[in-house]
Amino acid sequence: MNAVGPALAAVGGLAVAGALAGGLAPARVRPLAAGLCTAGLGAAGVVAGAAALGGARYGVWLPGLLPLAGVRLAVDPLSGLFMAVTGAVTVAVAVYGVGYASPGGGMHGGRGPGDEDAAGSAGGRHAGSDAHEPRDALAAGGGDHGVRSRGAQAVGPVFAGAMVLVPAAGSVSTFLLLWELMALASLLLVLAEHRERPTVRSAGLWYAVMTHLGLVLLLVGLALFAARAGGESFAALRAGAGGMPAGVRGTVFVMTALAFTSKAGLAPLHAWLPRAHPEAPSHVSALMSAAMVNLGVYGLLRVGFDLLGGGPAWWWLLLMGAGALSAVYGILQAAMASDLKRLLAYSTSENLGLVVLGTGAAGLFRAAGDRPLAALALAAALLHVVNHAAFKALLFCAAGSVLRATGLRDLDRLGGLRARMPVTAGLFALGALGAVALPPGNGFVSEWLLLQALVHGLAVPGAAAAVVLPVAVAVIALSAGLAAAVFVKALGVGFFARPRSAGAGRAVESPPAMLAGMALLAACCAALALVPGALGPALTRAVRAAGVGTEKPLADGELGVHLAHTSAALHPLWVALALVAGTAAVAGLARLPARRRARRRDARLWDCGGGAPTARMAYTATSFAEPLQRVFDDVLAPEQDVDVTPVRESAYLVERVRFQRLVPDRIEHRLYRPLLAAVSGLADRARGLGGGSVHLYLGYGLFGLVAVLAALVVGW
Amino acid sequence: MSATGYVAVAAQVAVVAGGAPLLTGWMRQVRARLEGRAGAGVVQPWRDARKLLRKEPVSPTGTGPAFRLAPLLLVAGTAVVAALVPLAATRTPVSGSADLILVVALLALGTVALALAGLDTGTAFGGMGASREMTIAALVEPTILLAVFAVSIPAGSTNLPAIVAGTIDHPARTASPAELLAVAALVVAVLAETGRIPVDNPATHLELTMVHEAMVLEYAGPDLALVELGSQMRLAVLLGLVATLAAPWGVATGGSPALLALALALLVAKVAVLGTALAAAEVFRAKVRLFKVPELLAGSFVLALLAVVGSYFLTGEAGR
Amino acid sequence: MGGLLRKIRGTGRVAEAAPPRPEADPLPAARELGGSVQVRCVDAGSCNGCEIEIGNAFGPVYDAERYGVRLVASPRHADVALVTGPVTRNMAEPLRRTVAAMPQPAIVVAVGDCALDCGEFAGGYGVEGSVVDMVSVDVSVPGCPPEPAAIVTALRTLTGR
Repeated sequence: MNAVGPALAAVGGLAVAGALAGGLAPARVRPLAAGLCTAGLGAAGVVAGAAALGGARYGVWLPGLLPLAGVRLAVDPLSGLFMAVTGAVTVAVAVYGVGYASPGGGMHGGRGPGDEDAAGSAGGRHAGSDAHEPRDALAAGGGDHGVRSRGAQAVGPVFAGAMVLVPAAGSVSTFLLLWELMALASLLLVLAEHRERPTVRSAGLWYAVMTHLGLVLLLVGLALFAARAGGESFAALRAGAGGMPAGVRGTVFVMTALAFTSKAGLAPLHAWLPRAHPEAPSHVSALMSAAMVNLGVYGLLRVGFDLLGGGPAWWWLLLMGAGALSAVYGILQAAMASDLKRLLAYSTSENLGLVVLGTGAAGLFRAAGDRPLAALALAAALLHVVNHAAFKALLFCAAGSVLRATGLRDLDRLGGLRARMPVTAGLFALGALGAVALPPGNGFVSEWLLLQALVHGLAVPGAAAAVVLPVAVAVIALSAGLAAAVFVKALGVGFFARPRSAGAGRAVESPPAMLAGMALLAACCAALALVPGALGPALTRAVRAAGVGTEKPLADGELGVHLAHTSAALHPLWVALALVAGTAAVAGLARLPARRRARRRDARLWDCGGGAPTARMAYTATSFAEPLQRVFDDVLAPEQDVDVTPVRESAYLVERVRFQRLVPDRIEHRLYRPLLAAVSGLADRARGLGGGSVHLYLGYGLFGLVAVLAALVVGW
Repeated sequence: MSATGYVAVAAQVAVVAGGAPLLTGWMRQVRARLEGRAGAGVVQPWRDARKLLRKEPVSPTGTGPAFRLAPLLLVAGTAVVAALVPLAATRTPVSGSADLILVVALLALGTVALALAGLDTGTAFGGMGASREMTIAALVEPTILLAVFAVSIPAGSTNLPAIVAGTIDHPARTASPAELLAVAALVVAVLAETGRIPVDNPATHLELTMVHEAMVLEYAGPDLALVELGSQMRLAVLLGLVATLAAPWGVATGGSPALLALALALLVAKVAVLGTALAAAEVFRAKVRLFKVPELLAGSFVLALLAVVGSYFLTGEAGR
Repeated sequence: MGGLLRKIRGTGRVAEAAPPRPEADPLPAARELGGSVQVRCVDAGSCNGCEIEIGNAFGPVYDAERYGVRLVASPRHADVALVTGPVTRNMAEPLRRTVAAMPQPAIVVAVGDCALDCGEFAGGYGVEGSVVDMVSVDVSVPGCPPEPAAIVTALRTLTGR
């Protein structure tokens, strides 16, 4: 008997217990009780996932649990990987969340995390305007709303439980049920701070609409699939997929892929993500950005590879296109963002783009018949899912700490936190190292693997590979390069130098629970960075379960990463040790020529002889990104507005210059605005149909009934 | 082989660390002579470094660990690269890890560290330099990785010793159009990565035109010595990489000490020739405007893309 | 490019033969420098005559760089502050800060008569005093303006080359 069943039962039980604790416990112990339940269910998820990754398979049908179809669970190593990742993120974020919801906050006068002004988060950024202080919003300390409220605390465990259980679903109905539960719970959590900021409501609306359009697509796609396959359990779908005509398979794939890529935050269906992730409470952002979006990838793999059994090259080229687009577009928008959480949200879009790019490459190689290479590409994509979950959860938690301590997420007004919140700054630096894809960070390992898969992919026959793969390599390289700029900006402007506002100047370190949660994630990042080889067997099993390749993509029993069938190898532990040893050696050798031990002298900053440089002279995030914005002017199409006010006496004497620049989301402008306008126009016209007369409505009903009956008579 | 292998790695690091200031001195000397000057002599950068190391270290107010660690990390990262790249020998204890992508990433790590140090000072120039440096670094990355892709196609691996050994076994590869295009793209990328004309002027005194120099305006004494040594080593190791990829002859594939000595001597000669060519070319060129740099890099990106596609159609199809 | 190449070949070496090394004993602080001197120029209010001569000293004919002297962009990089002109009110504090920003050992060289005793500008309403009054000067180069050769000689006593 394996551990998966009991662990899954524990997940379900703890989710219910957590919801009850969050809803019923007195306000004082509410976050602790709900947090403990959430952490427990996360741990159970890790146990279930690890057991599944170890090779345990589990399947159960509980017909009594739900009417009609019942609940069907089926766990294989692929589900195990996603359950383990979700569980691990949940444990750390739950610990963090206990501290995040604890009363007080770092600010004097009981400011809560909700207190930050809307100017920095209103979708764009402003440059050169006067640095106004954050207004003193109503503190979220009352406990009636915000993250400490009954509702938010009760929904949190449900959200986490649904996320852990989604990969365990074994039938279409169970999957859709859990999927919708997850979506609804996350929507409620996104809205938790709707009283503090009006932007939360707009973000919630976008999220609600897009996630439900996705659900509709998913519902129709999977229903079509189930109808054709003659059964709704995944086993039946798997068995029936082979006999389906190519057109139906393609339709199912495209419909589900649209829904799943939207959940994964891929352009052009990403519009909800940079709205909802920044506006959600930070520990919810961490869960959404590090765990929920992964389930979009899980869905792609489950349906595309496992249930449909792979497909022709055009499916995968489509995926690669979407992945490449969101990788570059996401990181470009992140480079322009001066809102820390918006920056991190766009970076999620980029990283999931890379994952989907790898998934698409795996499908392309599989379609071309090169299974070992397909396995390598998929292993790279899965490893990137794991790495991204670790560092993005850490980064969002650190951003939450900053928000809680300063009330700010606008990088232009932060700064100097390294001295005031040293632990948080160090942890953010660790996460950023993972995110920039440079050694010795964890992101580097998976991007290296992905590049290896693409570089070796040129051996695959077909001219498409010769054109697509170099472009894919260039896309990964450009996004890696821009990611370096993005996180240098986030760390250097947000945490280094001197505070640029009073809020940043008053920051104090976060409570221990938050630091502990982040330390857990940092430890995961470090382990993934130094000994990624330990995940080798697990990745092999997950790739095999996805039905992509049976060969091992990575050689077993190594600390580093060694490709099983080529000479390429990476030993991150040795690289890290060499860097540390080299740094120590250089520090020692540099002391030798000094004749006497010169004391390090503190000196004032070189101010060119003028007065001491003030914080307003320091480069801000906006100015840091300016050269990149100019280089990518044609892509970003920023809107610039210069407003010169002359004095009353003469038009030639300037009293005030106001400069404003917005970098709008161009995809949103070009794709969504016309669509929304059309829908809204249609709705206006439809309004004429409802005249208020009962006779009219009865007439509509009659005509409707006749039409349906006529269709039935003629059609069947 | 193992004893010679370790010697080879140590010798590569020593030659790069010891020779990099001499390379810079040599290039300044070539430039000075072409400009009708006498020049300060080849060992002048070493004199500068010795003096700076003896001077008093300074920590400007408000700077933290990033400012202190960046120069150390810059030099250490470049030294690790010098150990990995098969400049003199292909069979070393580290040859299994000598991956071209890793080498590129380690060099980028130094850039990122220095940019963070620039931002850490909180001065306008520090931020300006960091912003410009990261912009250029971000745009160089696609070119450099595509060039890497192109040179790795014939060997079927991004493992540097495998690429170099493969080229030594099949000398005709160096003359293939794809390889030539890739090397040309790599050269442009190297110019941008090392901050040479036409991307950046290493000798500028005008803050507003600075890229790299603006980031390091706050460094003094030993820290400055390390920053300068780091940039010099970076130039040396990248020129060595270009030389090793374009003309790998002489790189020891066996384990004999005599061959290793010959390989080191040839390495010095090849890098000196490249350095001379670079210094001479700089006399004829001016720095381009910052916002013209992307055009230059886009050109080199196209070269690299042509190299990859060309390589596929020339060697990939023929090899099947 | 061909034209420039012909010009280079036709012009050949412009730098004049190096005069013999100056006899004067180097400063104790300069001995630490070991043949490498980085110079930060500060114009404290000069008429720019001295700047032209400094420019000539670093030009191809006198080529001060051959003795190991180099101009740098930040006082943090510098061993020597090369100060010209009478010190105006607005430049007094920046001058002091520049000297204070240099890592030890730091040397101040006052170039031109104005730097030594305010020269023509002595008593001017915008003049705070001479360089000698503001910071401690280690080496003086008199002249109005001093010849490039004199500036080079002063710098050579610092490099010892």
